[in-house]
Amino acid sequence: MKLEFERFMPKFWEYRDVASGPFRALFDFRKIWKQAVFLCAGVALAPLILMALIDYNVTQKAIESEILLRTSRLVSNERRTISFFLEERKFALDFVVHDNPYETLKDTARLETILENLKKSLGGFSDLGVIDSSGIQINYAGPYRLLGVDYRRHDWFRQVMEKGVYISDVFLGLRNAPHFVIAVKHLLPNGDSFILRSSLDMERFQKILSQMELEPSGDAVIINRSGVLQTPSRYFHDIFSRIPFAIPDFSSTTQVYQTSDSKGRIYVIGYAYIVDTPFILMVTKQKNELMKPWFKTRLHLVAFLAVSIVGILAVIIGVATYLVNHMYMADQKRVMTLHQVEYANKLASIGRLAAGVAHEINNPLAIINEKAGLIKDILTFQSDCAADTKLVGLLDSILSSVERCGAITRRLLGFARHMEVRIQKVSIRDIIQDVIGFLGKEAEYKSIVVSADIPEDVPEFESDRGKLQQIFLNLVNNAFAAMNEGGHLKIAVAAIPDKSVSVTVSDDGCGISDADLKRVFEPFFTTKSRTGGTGLGLSITYGLVQELGGDIQVESAVGKGTRFIVTLPLIREPQTSEQKKDGFDKSRFSDDFVKSSQARRANPEE
Amino acid sequence: MRVLLVDDEEQLVSTLAERLELRGIHAGWATGGEEALERVKSETFDLAVLDVKMPKISGIELKKRLQVLCPAMKFIFLTGHGSEEDFTAGAAEAGSDFYLIKPVKIEALLEKMNEVMRHPGKSI
Repeated sequence: MKLEFERFMPKFWEYRDVASGPFRALFDFRKIWKQAVFLCAGVALAPLILMALIDYNVTQKAIESEILLRTSRLVSNERRTISFFLEERKFALDFVVHDNPYETLKDTARLETILENLKKSLGGFSDLGVIDSSGIQINYAGPYRLLGVDYRRHDWFRQVMEKGVYISDVFLGLRNAPHFVIAVKHLLPNGDSFILRSSLDMERFQKILSQMELEPSGDAVIINRSGVLQTPSRYFHDIFSRIPFAIPDFSSTTQVYQTSDSKGRIYVIGYAYIVDTPFILMVTKQKNELMKPWFKTRLHLVAFLAVSIVGILAVIIGVATYLVNHMYMADQKRVMTLHQVEYANKLASIGRLAAGVAHEINNPLAIINEKAGLIKDILTFQSDCAADTKLVGLLDSILSSVERCGAITRRLLGFARHMEVRIQKVSIRDIIQDVIGFLGKEAEYKSIVVSADIPEDVPEFESDRGKLQQIFLNLVNNAFAAMNEGGHLKIAVAAIPDKSVSVTVSDDGCGISDADLKRVFEPFFTTKSRTGGTGLGLSITYGLVQELGGDIQVESAVGKGTRFIVTLPLIREPQTSEQKKDGFDKSRFSDDFVKSSQARRANPEE
Repeated sequence: MRVLLVDDEEQLVSTLAERLELRGIHAGWATGGEEALERVKSETFDLAVLDVKMPKISGIELKKRLQVLCPAMKFIFLTGHGSEEDFTAGAAEAGSDFYLIKPVKIEALLEKMNEVMRHPGKSI
């Protein structure tokens, strides 16, 4: 799992600078990455989140006020309907007392007729009673025997005598069914007065309420001014129980407010006092139900926001990683180039030093050569002494030693010279023999057997002698480092006519592990950091081979040995800058460079 | 064949001259450019073997001056120095085949001398 995760980690993330001076990375890549991501995310996400929050609040408020407005309109309309219903019945009674003389109303049969007519026309009336000014019911039409009842001490009687009209609360009364009473007072010309009183059943009243257009969770009730339910409620309690809310304050207009019950549910409550009655119309709605469409919208809004944030973050992280990775690569390239320059300078210095030494030694060497030569000449041309053969032998060994020294200095001069030469015709045979010559002594000290298998017909080709020398010096040096005493180094050359020449440098040393094999050409990769390895040898070799348009492969098996195969083109293709750049990137930094270098594990013995 | 040897190392030119004389080649020698220019006034030489790095007058410069005095003269450079500039300049003057690096076997030198005399075109 950890490995899976590491695969997505950019290379710069775990990079820890160990170098100093100009080889130090110019940037703290992790810090730059973090800064870029946080800054971009801040700039991109802050306005988005702010806008989303504002939009959220504005929309929520708009929807809430829309709910309140709708409730208010509904309550308002309903109050008008209820007021009209009550007014209608009040006027009907008023009409009866005006239309019928007091004497007529005392007639029970007439009163019953009027009740019948009222039931048929307006409806809702269940009885009629005539009460004189002393409070005695003097006539009654209806289902009960209430004639002669004395209402003098009743509260409603006093009120109707004072105000002229009275509408009662809803009550059960004798008939044990909810009903209420409307009473009107009529003044007689003689100054006396009487009251016409009617009970109204709740059937019609409730019909009005039930016809209201309410959401399933809504409820419309009528309460009296002490908060007692006058009509049955769908959700609260039975009729005549108290509502679970406080009685709303008196207002002549329709009011809407929000409140919560003991269970924490929020209700939107609209109410209106119905003028001249004890009634208050109250509409309650559960806010959660009303807000359902908003919850859906809100979900969309939040989902959109979340998707946007994830998308923006993904893009920002992607771009930041891409850019910082490129910075990292560029910086690595810079450090690599610096190292290469340093390496090249070092080689050039060694070259100059070698050339200087060679020159200084060549002159005295030439003198020794000529002097010894002259002695030999004298002995050969002028003397005929038999003992001279021993002297000639001695001189010959001096001359051959001088020749050996000459070969060494010439090689040093050649090495120095080729440092500077660019493209020329080169013979791979000469180069390899030069390299073996350079390192021959070291091989002898380490008892390493060096064998070269170079066919006679390997063609000469145009290349950079100095670079080739460096490539094979590096490879042979590496092979020496991998071998103990008594190792075998084999250099084999094979040519594909008109196409390429491949040089295989194989040793039977310690080999390279599978994991390291993938990284041997990476700059700064070394397993010898403690003993002074820079990890640059093979990466420089790789770079040089690439520059010459060639290819290098490595095969290795731990304990068995390693084989490097350098393939060089016989015909040089002019390198464009693009190819160079590409080669550089691929060779050192791209992920698939291992593939391009075709590093693979194999047994070099096979 | 008459050869003029010029090198600032007297021990070298004198010995080399002696050895050539033993092989039947008339060899004169000089340890500097001025001396060499003096010698060609009184003697004629077919070939000059010059060092490249010499005080006052360099081998390259000397060759140019000698050519003015003796247009038929051939040249071989024999030098201890192998720097790139010297090699390029010397090889351009005498052809890379006639640019020799010390120490050189007398047989090899003789061979080159014979060669340069046989192919006059090679040495300009």
